[in-house]
Amino acid sequence: MSAGEELVKAKKEKDGLTKQRLLQIIKTIYDQFAKEQIPQLLIPTRTKSNIAFNEESEVWVYGERESARSCKTVRGAYSLLKSSYTIEFLNKQLEENRSSTLRELYYISEGWKLAKFREQPESDRMIEDLEIITELQRENFHVRPEENGATIFGPIRIKENVERRGQVSERVIHCIDDVGEGGYQIPYNVDNLDFVEHDAKFVIAIETGGMRDRLIENGFDTDHDAIIVHLKGQPARSTRRLLKSMNERLKLPVVVFTDGDPWSYRIFASVAYGSIKSAHMSEYMATPAAQFIGVRPSDIVNYDLPTDKLSDQDIRALQSELTDPRFGTDFWKDEIKLQLELKKKSEQQAFASRGLDYVTDVYLPERLTSLGII
Amino acid sequence: MIGEDKMAENIAEKLAQKQREISIAEFFEKNRQILGFDSSTRSLITSVKEAVDNALDACEESGVLPDILVEIQKVDRDNYRLIVEDNGPGIVKEQIPRVFGKLLYGSRFHALKQSRGQQGIGISAVVLYAQLTSGRPTAIYSKTGKNKEAHYYELVINTKTNEPEILMEKIVPWDRPHGTRIEVEMEGTYVRARKQSIYGYAKSTAIVNPHARLTLIEPTGDTQVFERATEVLPVEPCEILPHPEGIELGTLIRMLRDTERRRLTSFLTNEFARIGHKTAKDICARAGIDPDVNPSDLSRDQAKRLLEAFKIVKIIAPSTECLSPITEELIRKGLEKEYDVDFIATTTRDASVHTGNPFIVEAGIAYGGSLSKDEKTDILRFANRVPLLYQQGGCASTHAVEKINWRNYELLQPGGSGIPQGPAVILTHVASTNVPFTSESKEAIADIPEIVDEIELAVRDVARGLKNYLAKQKILAKRKEKEEIIEKVLPKLAEKVSAATGEPQPDILPIVAKIMGNVLVQKTAEQGENTSIVTIRIKNFSESQKEFKLHQVSAEEIEDPSPKPRVSSFDGQFDAIWKISIKPNAEKRVRYTVKSGQSTSANLLVEGILAEMVTGADALPKKRASERGKA
Repeated sequence: MSAGEELVKAKKEKDGLTKQRLLQIIKTIYDQFAKEQIPQLLIPTRTKSNIAFNEESEVWVYGERESARSCKTVRGAYSLLKSSYTIEFLNKQLEENRSSTLRELYYISEGWKLAKFREQPESDRMIEDLEIITELQRENFHVRPEENGATIFGPIRIKENVERRGQVSERVIHCIDDVGEGGYQIPYNVDNLDFVEHDAKFVIAIETGGMRDRLIENGFDTDHDAIIVHLKGQPARSTRRLLKSMNERLKLPVVVFTDGDPWSYRIFASVAYGSIKSAHMSEYMATPAAQFIGVRPSDIVNYDLPTDKLSDQDIRALQSELTDPRFGTDFWKDEIKLQLELKKKSEQQAFASRGLDYVTDVYLPERLTSLGII
Repeated sequence: MIGEDKMAENIAEKLAQKQREISIAEFFEKNRQILGFDSSTRSLITSVKEAVDNALDACEESGVLPDILVEIQKVDRDNYRLIVEDNGPGIVKEQIPRVFGKLLYGSRFHALKQSRGQQGIGISAVVLYAQLTSGRPTAIYSKTGKNKEAHYYELVINTKTNEPEILMEKIVPWDRPHGTRIEVEMEGTYVRARKQSIYGYAKSTAIVNPHARLTLIEPTGDTQVFERATEVLPVEPCEILPHPEGIELGTLIRMLRDTERRRLTSFLTNEFARIGHKTAKDICARAGIDPDVNPSDLSRDQAKRLLEAFKIVKIIAPSTECLSPITEELIRKGLEKEYDVDFIATTTRDASVHTGNPFIVEAGIAYGGSLSKDEKTDILRFANRVPLLYQQGGCASTHAVEKINWRNYELLQPGGSGIPQGPAVILTHVASTNVPFTSESKEAIADIPEIVDEIELAVRDVARGLKNYLAKQKILAKRKEKEEIIEKVLPKLAEKVSAATGEPQPDILPIVAKIMGNVLVQKTAEQGENTSIVTIRIKNFSESQKEFKLHQVSAEEIEDPSPKPRVSSFDGQFDAIWKISIKPNAEKRVRYTVKSGQSTSANLLVEGILAEMVTGADALPKKRASERGKA
């Protein structure tokens, strides 16, 4: 058997397992009918009050609380009906070895009449529910997100295994030499990626495109042997999984560089600790060793950065973070309280007020040194 | 000393030169606001109100169903012509000038009786306001009967003498059989949009006078007919004697002087309500006055003692027969015709007494429909069937509404007090021989504790009705929601899961019964070689014990039933009846056998239980149940 054939076979087995688990959900509902129980599905409550720190994996996962989707209520009944339609669709897709995007799934439901999703977030949540119940990931269902365009750029050689119409092919790409200035675009299923070799000392994940471009223009990757990952806002799952595997498999430290506002801290939290919405995936996606570079509220003071006023929403978000267990450390408590006192926020690019090279020549080296990375 | 005397004399003389009778025009000019003529908008409304009040009173007194026309025409930039015409009894020729052309001339001031107008100021104040602002006389048509002539007058009020001044007087042809028409021109501003408008007044008047037809022609030419909702006139209130409680000393002294009675006891029993011979003697004894004394000989001091005795001696409350409430039914009809709503509750309280005057409070609440959800609830206040449009904040009716915690009655109340918010209209009506107003313009009822309490009780009464209605709506909505689950979602879900698992489709009946909290009646048949065994399973998913009869109707008699039913036959069919008594969560089974090939699918019927409480069986048709009763 060739390597390609083996891959196809392994994939088939995995798809079979996925189908079985999905079907098990349907069987649960059927058995409830047969036992004269009102059909229901139990799913962990997905709020910040129901996440707990798992000592073993060092990430935040769902706690004990469960919510029921029950036929006792109209909403619950529709939710179960929608589950049954979705599972039917997914199993057919697995059978035919096809895949679809989250958005396509939403549109496909147009034909489901009663079980039609009202908006895409509802169908997205349905997929998350199914992930939680089956303890699988949406990639297993052959469901992928829209490309969000997150990229990586730096001294690393990657091998991509591509399967198209049953044909498996390999591609090896160096993330500086073989790519344009835009970098290597992270695919939705990073299971198909292998790391071949690298000359990097650490990985720096950056929130905004402007700052990423600044680092590349200033040659930060070669000067410091850094892999630059562009998060593009709240990072996609594939981006988070790639960061995690570079950290764990390549033993590279990961640092996160974002704007200095509450929404950016949440970006860091989802990289390092896992997100509330997908805490069931935390063990696959969170990088507990990731460190926060900034912009910290104390940087606003120490580097005398240009600022904007906090909006009412910002203030509410900061206050909510004070009760978010993921921000329960002294570091975050002090920084958040300081920011609430300052009533100000700064962007990454605010460093430009001290010249275009200040961030690469002064701020980042200072921060990386104090974190013990360079 | 002499000089000082001289000076005082001089001042007194000077003052005497200044002292003279105040003319009625001056009085009116200075007191416009208390009579309701303070702004040009309000003056027009007040004028309509005074004319319509008179028209309604006149029609009712003569037993005619009111048919009233109100027309407002724009004359020029500031002036409007107001026309009010009624089908009442008309006014005799001699009286016309004084009714319209003399202030404080009226028939109702001295009567203790529930009526709209009382003081005899209203309509002549309109005439005066018109002549002061437009300089034009008022025109009056009046006809007292089919074969009588119609009289036409043009008049003004002589403001020096408070006497009518007739400018024209003639006999005119008028096609009405009887009635009165008044035409006045005055300064005014016509508004429509808000409650405080002629339109708002007409609408409110139509609600509490459902026996009246009101036609409003607005300056734009738009015609709005407020049609009547009943052909029955309200009971004409009768006059009563004054009740001793709450009478004032001056009034008592006047009565003592004017009476024709020769003995005090006879005076007391004949000139007051609720004083009998025994009570009269008690009062005299308490006051220390000879009961046989001539009332006109009583001194002021004795009169005062008599007044005090009134308060001590127990005298029963005044009769309430003199009051004419709108009645619960007619308030409902009035609200129904003027609002598009889902629910109405109304109440008429028993009569009470304030300072010697009987009064009755009525209330209504209308809810839902096209009423706005986001605004404060409208309060429609009425006194003796007259809408009160101004001074809402200073009125006892408003204060009573504000005292209530509306959150207990499912209405929003921002801040936990004040006027509630929600799709509702609250109506209050106070009927009394003497409604205590806060001012002469009669827009707000004074905060007499007895009245505020009664209004609050009345409003609470209808609010409770609303609360019950909303609670029922909630249950209905829940039930409807459940029906959606049961009729649409569950069957589809059962179909889907059985298709995906490849298993036979599950029977959703037990789940339906469980969700609804019903009694499940489920029939299954097992086909044997020669016979089929039928099992009827009964399970009580409700929270209470259920007792009912279960009917199995078939063409052939069932075999080996267990337990044994009572069997009766009719129309060649057999009806097996089991008496079922089942506790919550309990389960029972009925078994029987039928020959193979015989249908087992005949519907099960239940009797003695609401069909909605049962899943899997229909209600026994009423007709058959009653036929059986006869047999």
